[in-house]
Amino acid sequence: MPPDGNAVEIRNLVKRFGEFVAVDHVTLDVGRGEIFGFLGPNGAGKSTTIRILCGLLAPTSGSAQVHGYDVAAQSEQVKQSIGYMSQKFSLYDDLTVEENLDFFSGIYGVPHELRAERKAFALRMAGLEDERASMTRLLAGGWKQRLALGCAILHQPPILFLDEPTSGVDPMARRQFWDLIYAMAEQGTTVFVSTHYMEEAEYCHRLALMYKGRTIALGAPSELKAEHGDGATMNDVFIASIERAEEEGL
Amino acid sequence: MWERILQIVRKEFRQTLREPRLRTMLIMPPLIQTIIFGFAVNLDVEHVKLGWMDLDRGVESVELRRHFQGSPTFTITHEAGSEAEAQALLDRGDVQAIVRIAPGFSRDIGSGKQAQAQVLLDGTNSNTAAIMGNYATAVIATRNRELLGERQREKLVDRTAAGPILLKIPGVEPERRVWFNPDLKSRNYFVPGIIVNIITLVTLMLTALSIVREKEIGTMEQIMVTPIRPMELILGKTIPFAIMGMFDLLLITGVALAVFHVPLRGSFALLVFAGALFLLSTLGAGLFMSTISETQQQAMMASFFFFQPTFMLSGFSFPIANMPTLVQWVTYLNPLRYFMDIVRGVFLKGVGIEVLWPQLLALAVMGTIILLSSALRFHKRLD
Repeated sequence: MPPDGNAVEIRNLVKRFGEFVAVDHVTLDVGRGEIFGFLGPNGAGKSTTIRILCGLLAPTSGSAQVHGYDVAAQSEQVKQSIGYMSQKFSLYDDLTVEENLDFFSGIYGVPHELRAERKAFALRMAGLEDERASMTRLLAGGWKQRLALGCAILHQPPILFLDEPTSGVDPMARRQFWDLIYAMAEQGTTVFVSTHYMEEAEYCHRLALMYKGRTIALGAPSELKAEHGDGATMNDVFIASIERAEEEGL
Repeated sequence: MWERILQIVRKEFRQTLREPRLRTMLIMPPLIQTIIFGFAVNLDVEHVKLGWMDLDRGVESVELRRHFQGSPTFTITHEAGSEAEAQALLDRGDVQAIVRIAPGFSRDIGSGKQAQAQVLLDGTNSNTAAIMGNYATAVIATRNRELLGERQREKLVDRTAAGPILLKIPGVEPERRVWFNPDLKSRNYFVPGIIVNIITLVTLMLTALSIVREKEIGTMEQIMVTPIRPMELILGKTIPFAIMGMFDLLLITGVALAVFHVPLRGSFALLVFAGALFLLSTLGAGLFMSTISETQQQAMMASFFFFQPTFMLSGFSFPIANMPTLVQWVTYLNPLRYFMDIVRGVFLKGVGIEVLWPQLLALAVMGTIILLSSALRFHKRLD
């Protein structure tokens, strides 16, 4: 395991689908233990970038390292080191909460002696201890998201990729979900999270604004807001950055 | 490795057995098909409704009628007095065939001439018509032989002081003996074939659907970001359906033996072994369908595109020997054809590996190729 260095290093990353450039020369670093936000409208290239980082898509050019492994050449080592949860709820609806957890525990190869403890942790974290025998399809949206997160961290990955984890979830459940993200960051997990909710961007240590495949702004929320003058909100920063990018001929 | 495969297999069983639609798909099609082919589909020609059109009304025509009445194949249900009536009987489907005896029939026979009896057949179903024609010809031929015998005897009887002496008439008497299916029951032919049919359908379809469903709901993406190896995923996704296919083999064999008394003359173990080899092809094909389909509908369509021609060219209902030579060559690429040979060989002929090894070998080779090439197409990437 690479002891030092950044959790994620992206250099000139490009992804083309035919003529369409989904990711356009993105370069950025994410430090260990950071909550790094990816903010941008739909179609900005957030999901594509995250999928490349998870080894689900091959980059067209440029490079990316996750936990010190190259995502193109060492995608299997990358997969050992990450947890991934996507916007589309992706658990088995026709299995119970517990069966979902057991399944992913087995697939991730969590050592047998740790399984009970990890499952208990995931259930406690997601607040699903009383629902362990419930069929997953019967859970409310917020609970499903937390169960998905629980399944993604069973193997205690040092880096967690969350692709719009809270889309379609009510504000209360969103708040609870972010409490979980903070709890994990405190334990040293790097969290790479994309969102299109402005208020969620404020929760991140640092964030990148994505627009048409490019990063048009990068920094801590407070820094970004300061650049745009007193009293600027994240929304102001976002709109101003897009206008500037359009003027530059993007 | 086995740990992960086992996890997927267990999950697959849970999902399939929990979902009422899938559970039904495992049990109902084999049962319904077996029952339909066992009871309803019957290509045997029996109880043919026969129209009788006698324009002669002489001794000989009555005698011929007696022969038709005595035949188990024919039942005279209608009389036709005129050509128009005969036409109407066939048009309405009241009768399947009409025997038309021309005026002067008895007179011609009496005077030693060739007499004319016409058999009109409803040829809508060519197969049945041919069989009815054969039966009718056979009945008439029997009467012919009798007439011939009587004539010969009249000539050959020698009168001596002690009385008449019957001389022997030389002739060839054909003696027909059918092997493997002595009663020529079409049931015996079709019911074992259903094993091939059902195993193909169930394993092909369930494999393709189960993989594509995970693509649709997004769990495939979730599995692809885990350290699972493609081969583990493929085995985990195919082993459950191999087991379910085997279950259907047992189910159909059980019904065939218990309900329809189809003989199982060969080795049951060989049947199971051949079934396992055959599964390599169908599971591989199912896997292939899943790699070219994004939605369950596409997977269904793709599976039917594969299933229909291979089924038609399997020899299940249309004998391969009757196909044009080019098509016959094509059937050599069809795994269903080999398994069909094996199933019928084991059930009806009771033959073993010493006879069926070429088919078994073909299944092993084709199955390996199909499964491996499909597995190579199966990536752990989205693009």
